[in-house]
Amino acid sequence: MSAPFVRIENLKKSYGSVVALDGISLEVERGKIFGLLGPNGAGKTTTVKILITLVRPDGGRVEVAGTDVFKDPAKARSLIGYVPQELTTDPYLTAREHLRYYADIYHLPSAIRESRMQEALALVGLAGLEDRRARDLSGGTKKKLDLACGLLHRPPVILLDEPSLGLDVQVRRDVWMYILRLKEQGTTVFLCTNYMDEAERLCDEVAIIDRGKIVALGSPATLRSRLGGDVVSVEIASANDHDGASLESLDKTVSQLSMVQRSVKDGTRLKVYVESNEAAVPKILEAAAAAGISVHSITYSRPGLDDVFLHYAGRAFSEGGRNGA
Amino acid sequence: MHEFIQETNAQFRRWMIHLRREPFSLAFNLLNPIILLIFMGGAFQGLARNSVGEDYRSYLLPGILALTAFGNSMGGGIPLLFDRENGFLLRLMSAPISRSSILVSRFLAVNLSTMLQCLLILVLGILFGVRIATGIGGVAALLGTGLLLGFGITAISLMLAFVLHNHGDFFAIMGITALPLTFLSSAFVPLETLPAWMRLVARINPMTYAIDAMRSLILTGWDAPRLLWTVAVLLVFDAAMLWLGARVLSRQLA
Repeated sequence: MSAPFVRIENLKKSYGSVVALDGISLEVERGKIFGLLGPNGAGKTTTVKILITLVRPDGGRVEVAGTDVFKDPAKARSLIGYVPQELTTDPYLTAREHLRYYADIYHLPSAIRESRMQEALALVGLAGLEDRRARDLSGGTKKKLDLACGLLHRPPVILLDEPSLGLDVQVRRDVWMYILRLKEQGTTVFLCTNYMDEAERLCDEVAIIDRGKIVALGSPATLRSRLGGDVVSVEIASANDHDGASLESLDKTVSQLSMVQRSVKDGTRLKVYVESNEAAVPKILEAAAAAGISVHSITYSRPGLDDVFLHYAGRAFSEGGRNGA
Repeated sequence: MHEFIQETNAQFRRWMIHLRREPFSLAFNLLNPIILLIFMGGAFQGLARNSVGEDYRSYLLPGILALTAFGNSMGGGIPLLFDRENGFLLRLMSAPISRSSILVSRFLAVNLSTMLQCLLILVLGILFGVRIATGIGGVAALLGTGLLLGFGITAISLMLAFVLHNHGDFFAIMGITALPLTFLSSAFVPLETLPAWMRLVARINPMTYAIDAMRSLILTGWDAPRLLWTVAVLLVFDAAMLWLGARVLSRQLA
């Protein structure tokens, strides 16, 4: 495994008597999407501001691509593309003028400026809207423009603070698609989010942060599996099971599958505990077919990151954190 | 150096786009000066005849120019405060740019706009019959004097943009400085006719120095010693404000 691309070590920050970050450490591998997930006030924004070198921590280290961000903030800034959660478009500027602005802010040479601008416009589907002023663009389109502005200089790390906050469903899906596309291109994405589904859908690895501390760290699947994994519930057609023999034999067959942790009979159902249902469901169906048992229905439930948060933070996600920070 | 020019130029262009597409922000600053020039210039003509001569509007014009320069410079920091409030500035500062490019680009844009506004007021004055004793060269000298006043005020304004917490406070400060400080100068009446306490304030008000020099350029002609003295006083004022601003902002923009 290569050295981590973003490394945060024992980061601490207090504002007066309020502890915003209480010694967080994490590592992000190159080319992965990393999610910092937590309620408002958990310390996400403070972490972001430290990463973009605009807040100095009280203690700890941050390295981006081997650069210590406090020893060489200028270098660190050139490695990161930051897209804040607020819309930062300027109502008086056209889309093209925004891109031109950031092209110069990131010191792109004029020879490649135009091609980079076209590339960014194309990535977020803004081609054709170049000459509209931002005030005449919809909220979702402004967000796309904001994203495009952060990509012009092809930063190796993109820092997205709440990328889908306040967006409608369609735009949200689009934004997710762009984020996945960035990953395909090899960009490392550091994402702060309030939304469980966003983290599950996008992130290779998630750190759950609560009250300035990281309470859980791992891939969404790993975090879930620590709670006992998925439950696949198989119901067999009752007609072929007068004496429970079919269920018994299904239980035996399924228990031999390697991904099955345990199984429990429950009436005409068999509850099968597996690490992840995606792999398990087809295998269970195959096993049932091989044993000559017809399956009436199959359902599964999966503990979400909500459950993970509940488990590690000791309270429901929606109860939120402190205010501020 | 090349990078500094590139980033400063980008920011300067943004301010110029604002200036072109948001002309009402100019009207906001020009409204008071134009009202004073036209109506006060007319209304006080008779009253002023015995103290300042036949042409009150010519007497008044330097005061109006100083008010224009003061108002535009004093409000110059407001867009930066908006940028601070809505996250634009934070994003800008996450980029690998020199912090001074933010100030330099705004400073240049504000003072260019001050010069255009002063030129507009001058043209308006000329349309209303003001004759400038020093001619075309005098117009350049008048604009230069306005700018010298504007530099120091702009420095104060840029400082306020990073010290104040919301734009409401900023507008309040503009309201209680521009017009009152104009009255507390030689803008409308000769210094000697002011009550003692007002005269005291007027003497330390940099506007008074700019106004007296501009008045001699309009009414009497080239007066080299007075101009040099004015330039020296205003340069000291500008240097002091820029020094103070740099000190405060180097901490705020670290």
